[in-house]
Amino acid sequence: MNISRFKALGEGLLVPVAVVLLWQIACSAGWVNPMVLPSPAAVAARWWSYLAPLEPFDPATESKIAWIFSGELIHDSLASLSRVVMGFVVGAGLALPLGLFMGTSDSIYRYVNPLMQVLRPIPPIAYIPLSILWFGLGNAPAVFLIAIGAFFPVLMNTIAGVRHVDSIYIRAARSLGASRLTIFRRVILPAATPYILSGARIGIGTAFIVVIVAEMIAVNNGLGFRILEAREYFWSDKIIAGMLTIGLIGLAIDLAVSRLNNHLLRWHRGLES
Amino acid sequence: MPTATPLATMPAPSPAVMANAARPHIVVSDVDKRFVIPGGEIVALKDIDLTINEGEFVCLLGPSGCGKSTLLNAIAGFSAPTTGTITVDGRAVKDPGPDRGMVFQEYALFPWMTVAQNIAFGLEIKGMSRAEIEPKVNELLAMLKLAEFRDRFPKDLSGGMRQRVAIARVLALDSPVMLMDEPFGALDALTRRSLQDELIRIWSATGKTIVFVTHSIEESIYLADRIVVLTYRPGTIKRDIKVELPRPRDSASTAFNELKRELSALVTAEQHRFEEVEVKGLTTD
Repeated sequence: MNISRFKALGEGLLVPVAVVLLWQIACSAGWVNPMVLPSPAAVAARWWSYLAPLEPFDPATESKIAWIFSGELIHDSLASLSRVVMGFVVGAGLALPLGLFMGTSDSIYRYVNPLMQVLRPIPPIAYIPLSILWFGLGNAPAVFLIAIGAFFPVLMNTIAGVRHVDSIYIRAARSLGASRLTIFRRVILPAATPYILSGARIGIGTAFIVVIVAEMIAVNNGLGFRILEAREYFWSDKIIAGMLTIGLIGLAIDLAVSRLNNHLLRWHRGLES
Repeated sequence: MPTATPLATMPAPSPAVMANAARPHIVVSDVDKRFVIPGGEIVALKDIDLTINEGEFVCLLGPSGCGKSTLLNAIAGFSAPTTGTITVDGRAVKDPGPDRGMVFQEYALFPWMTVAQNIAFGLEIKGMSRAEIEPKVNELLAMLKLAEFRDRFPKDLSGGMRQRVAIARVLALDSPVMLMDEPFGALDALTRRSLQDELIRIWSATGKTIVFVTHSIEESIYLADRIVVLTYRPGTIKRDIKVELPRPRDSASTAFNELKRELSALVTAEQHRFEEVEVKGLTTD
């Protein structure tokens, strides 16, 4: 790491550190009720106990690694992440082929688009009552809601991506003798990839928002469930610890997806590899 | 009907023309092309009759809007003429196809493919195996001085390099006809000249029939066996001129410049008509 990166890191940390300091001072000085706003130190302590294993290590019953990951926070995070993945796979898995069809065929577009435009503005949250009516409680309604959240960004971007393929590429491929299927597979699909991937990135972001809400109503684990549960016990430190975890995981997912996109789009003009 | 008028003084025709003396390759007969626009119609091409012989290097020359690209696109099969027929090797043109490789001004390389993959694409479509494709691609990379760029993506290449790849991609097809739509129009003068020389070298080596669209008078004289000057709307053939200067051509020579003056007068007249109409705002192009 060179000097300028250190400098950038320092600049980036300045404001968060100042905010935490001010917060700590406000709590230590007794300006706020710790029930309403616990101190950063209390949140950190709670976060650690939330992360740490619940039982002392017992070599007889489990391995060291399993023990290290036996904390509640890890379980909740994995539960939330697995729902995001399932919901995203379902939602994007339906949106991608539909978007490709709607993008390539004008008649399919004309038939299907009005319905999509009516459904698209309905926030996934509005499906909560219906999802419980249809799927009861448990993972199914959560996955359903997340899938809806991921569906529309992927659908809209896929349609846009296919429709914006520069016709010169299609002309070039035709003059090289490519069949319609080859043009679709080797030209339209890769040309639309930047749009599709940015749709996927938005879709994962939406899925992550929806998972927290879904867990507040339908299941009894996961980060969303946990912060709502903490409220029942007035554990405001745990609420904040859970929220920070949600923020960090969200950031990590976005960074990972963006790294993956950069790799997949290393041919793209706007990006430096 | 316009007739071929030998203008230049030098007698020797190019070897390619001698070898395939007057075997018609591309025949355009009685072609009209009209586009419907809001509130009217544009007659892009009118009464075009043109026979291009095997191995001939023909330039279509004219100002913007004279229909030279329209004619090339019709030969390529991208856009059928409104009336009339076009045949290549005696077969009517219906669709674009690998027998008429096309080089575009915008290069039209697939940005998600490397240089080598772009060149290999047409061969894969033909159903050739990897073992057959590999040496062919290497040969073309070497021929166009692209060997060290084989694994680069187009975004990392200069305009001249990109156009080399586009030419290699078409050469890979071994098509008897190469269609070129202002291929060097976006390049700087030095790169342009070196690619022109390259193209002449490739043409002499392969004996392809080349139809080359340009609005540069200089370029057309430097390259062509025959220059077809088109008129501004409706696009008709104004003059069909044989260039019989020996190659390599010297753009500073007297004969070159005589021809240039002659063509300049023809093209400038059309350019004036183009400007008159465009200024009046009667067209949308």
